[in-house]
Order: sequence, then structure tokens, then C-alpha cells
Amino acid sequence: MPVCHLAKAVQRHVACPPQTVPGETVAAAVQALCDREPRLRGYLLDDQGQLRQHVELFVNGRRVRDRGRLTDPVGPTDQIHIFQALSGG
Amino acid sequence: MAQHLLLGTRKGLFDYRPTAAGWKLERVSFLGDPVSQLLVDPRDGRWYAASALGHFGVKLHRSANQGATWEEVAAPAYPVKPDDPDDRNPWTLSYLWALEPAGTAAGDLWAGTAPGGLFRSTDGGESWQLNRALWDRPERREWFGGGLDEPGIHSICPNPANPADVVIGISCGGVWLTADDGASWTLRGEGMSADFLPPEQATYLNLQDPHRIVRCLDQPAVLWATHHCDSYRSTDGGATWTALEVPPSRFGFAVAVSPRDAAVGWYIPAIKDQFRVPVEAQLVVARSRDGGRWFEVLRQGLPQQEAYDLVYRHALDVAADGCTLAFGSTTGNVWTTADAGDTWHLLNGHLPPVYAVRLVG
Repeated sequence: MPVCHLAKAVQRHVACPPQTVPGETVAAAVQALCDREPRLRGYLLDDQGQLRQHVELFVNGRRVRDRGRLTDPVGPTDQIHIFQALSGG
Repeated sequence: MAQHLLLGTRKGLFDYRPTAAGWKLERVSFLGDPVSQLLVDPRDGRWYAASALGHFGVKLHRSANQGATWEEVAAPAYPVKPDDPDDRNPWTLSYLWALEPAGTAAGDLWAGTAPGGLFRSTDGGESWQLNRALWDRPERREWFGGGLDEPGIHSICPNPANPADVVIGISCGGVWLTADDGASWTLRGEGMSADFLPPEQATYLNLQDPHRIVRCLDQPAVLWATHHCDSYRSTDGGATWTALEVPPSRFGFAVAVSPRDAAVGWYIPAIKDQFRVPVEAQLVVARSRDGGRWFEVLRQGLPQQEAYDLVYRHALDVAADGCTLAFGSTTGNVWTTADAGDTWHLLNGHLPPVYAVRLVG
């Protein structure tokens, strides 16, 4: 299963250590992470379930392409990093 | 005597408390986070602080011990937006701009937000419900941003004698009244006029831009307001408004009314409207004691040269005594007075930009 890592800027508000999550897409992985830590949802996603404008997601060091639906695939050994964007600060 | 001077700023919540030597900083909460609004619920004493995190959205925290510890509670959330090309505003909370007691029970709260939704919580912020009676009004689709990118409710003024009677102010969406605790709403605000609209629409109620509306607690039929184009006062519960000749400028954001005397009000004027700095770089407070017919310009203790402080709409407050006031500026200066504004004292000249001021207790 892919591993999710949250930046310190997120963990300052919601503690969430690196962890494996099920899912074959970024959307599924983020959903699984938020199911495990419900308070995280409002930090990453807006009221319409969209990735917040100033949150960045990377898979194996590459920014996700589909920010709208998070359909980028993830494999069992992939590393997902969730950061605050440099915009929006 | 107020027991706390709370400052919501660009970089956290600052809690000052009175001592024999004056106000002293007791605690800083949420350091680094923009704190957009504050409330102390007078029914149970719990504190609420709304923050607008640049990356992670709007958050709401509650404290049962006067800020010693905080717990995160729910922020208002909009329902899923239906497919509607005529509704140009997003249905996503972008700012919590107003927070006031609702009803009579502890934990019954109103929240005014951008993009224009009014929310109600009856459980101290554990959950929120969008007020559909207002949100579903067809006029809502005409509202547009003023101060924020999206329309926002910045003023919620319940009548202390009858909490079902509420006046709200929207930038830019006019003045709305309810007499039935939010079950239905009426667009009022006659007397207001906007020069940012085509001339034939200048008095169109639904697009007025009240900057801030405040209500006298002891005489709740009287409200005072700032507006993008003028300053106003109402004596009929917010239905109709009379323009006031506030010196040295009728433009501004901050206004306060004495909770004890509806004839006494304060404005902090600025140059309209693309400048938004004090007139002639002299920071002043305009005070009326006769219901806005005549104003004194108060300067003592305030900088009278090279001053470029702007005071946002929630950054002026008056305590229950009607004599203690405090205001904070975009420059991070905070002034207080104990004599209704005759003399002002600089509390701190090095704070972050100030968004909200609350004198408590």
C-alpha cells in the first residue's frame, strides 16, 4: 500500500504520522486517510470535497496532475507527500 | 471594567488583562495564525476564535477556561452545490467574518461567512446549519464581494430584548432583517446610497455595501453603520437610515455605539475609497453625543502626522460601561481609552495587523 506523509505545517494542527493507506488512486488514498483521521478532511479538502487551492500533493516526487478529481494512480510502493503550497501563506 | 481585551490579529489571538499599571499582555494563542473573529458567549463565558488559515481553510476553536486551552470545533460548512450556471459564487466557506450570540441559550450562535451564508449552531459550535431562508433568496445571486473576493456577512445584530429580531449587514448584499429568528428575511436599508453602482441603481437595496452595523444594547431600535459611501444611523431597527456628516470623512469601516446611550457613537474615518488611510495622515476618532447631528474630532493621544493606520470593521469595540474603548489598526497599533475617547493611550505599536477587538466583561 502507498505511504502518506503529511508536512509539518499540517501536523501542527492535526497530528498524523506517516502511514500506509489503501487505494489505487490519490483520491482513494486521501479518502482513506481522512476516514482514519476525520478532522484532517477539512484541512485538505473544501466544502465541495475539492483539494484546497493551497494544498499540494506529490506522488514519488511529482505533483499530481489531476487536482480536480485526484485520479492519478498510486501503486503499492508509492510515496504520497502532502504539503502546504508556497502560495496561500 | 472590562476583564479582557482580546485582539484577533494576522498572527494570532492576544489576550490583554487590566492591572493597576494598565493593560498587560497575559497570553498569546494561535501564534502565527490569522484570527478573523472572536466571541465570548455571555451566557456561559465560553470563548470562540475563528481563524482563516491560508492553506487549510477556516477553523473554529472554543475555550471553556478563558483561553488557557482550546479545542477545535466544527467550522460552518456549505452543502454540496447543485449544478447551477446562474450561481457564480462557490459554496465553500472562505471566511468567518461575524460571530454573535443567538437566541437565549448558552451555545446558541450565529456565524456570518463568505461567500454569504448565515449559519446557526445550537450546540456551541459542534455543528452548524446553513440558514436556507436567506441563502435561497433569489437576491443572493446578485451579491458580490466587498472587502473580500466573495460576498460576506460581517454584521449580525440581535436585539437583546427580543433575540428573534436580528439585523445583518452584507458586503455587498445590503441590510436584511428578520423578526422570526431567521425563518424569513426582509431586505431593508432604505436611505443608503451607493456611488459604485450605475446612477439609476444607486439606491438599489440589494447591492448596498454596509461596512459595519452595530446596535445599542439598551435602546436596540437604534443602530449605527459605516458604508462604502457614507455613514448612517437608524432609529427604527435597521429598516431606514439617515446619512451623517462625519468629519473629517464619511468613509470608514469601524463604528461603535454606546451600549448605554444610543445617542453616543464613534467612527474612525479614512479617505474614501481607493486610499483608505487617515485624512492628512492624522489618525482621529469622530464622536457624537447627540445621535449623529454633531461630531467632535478626538485626537489626544493619537498620531497626528505620518499616520497611515486603517482600522478594520471589527477592530473597534466599546465595553459595557460605555467609556472604555479600544481599537487596533492594520499597522499593528492598538489604542485604548477610559474616558470615552477624550484621551487615547497606545497599548502596543508592534502587533500584527488587527482584525478584531473584543472588550470582555
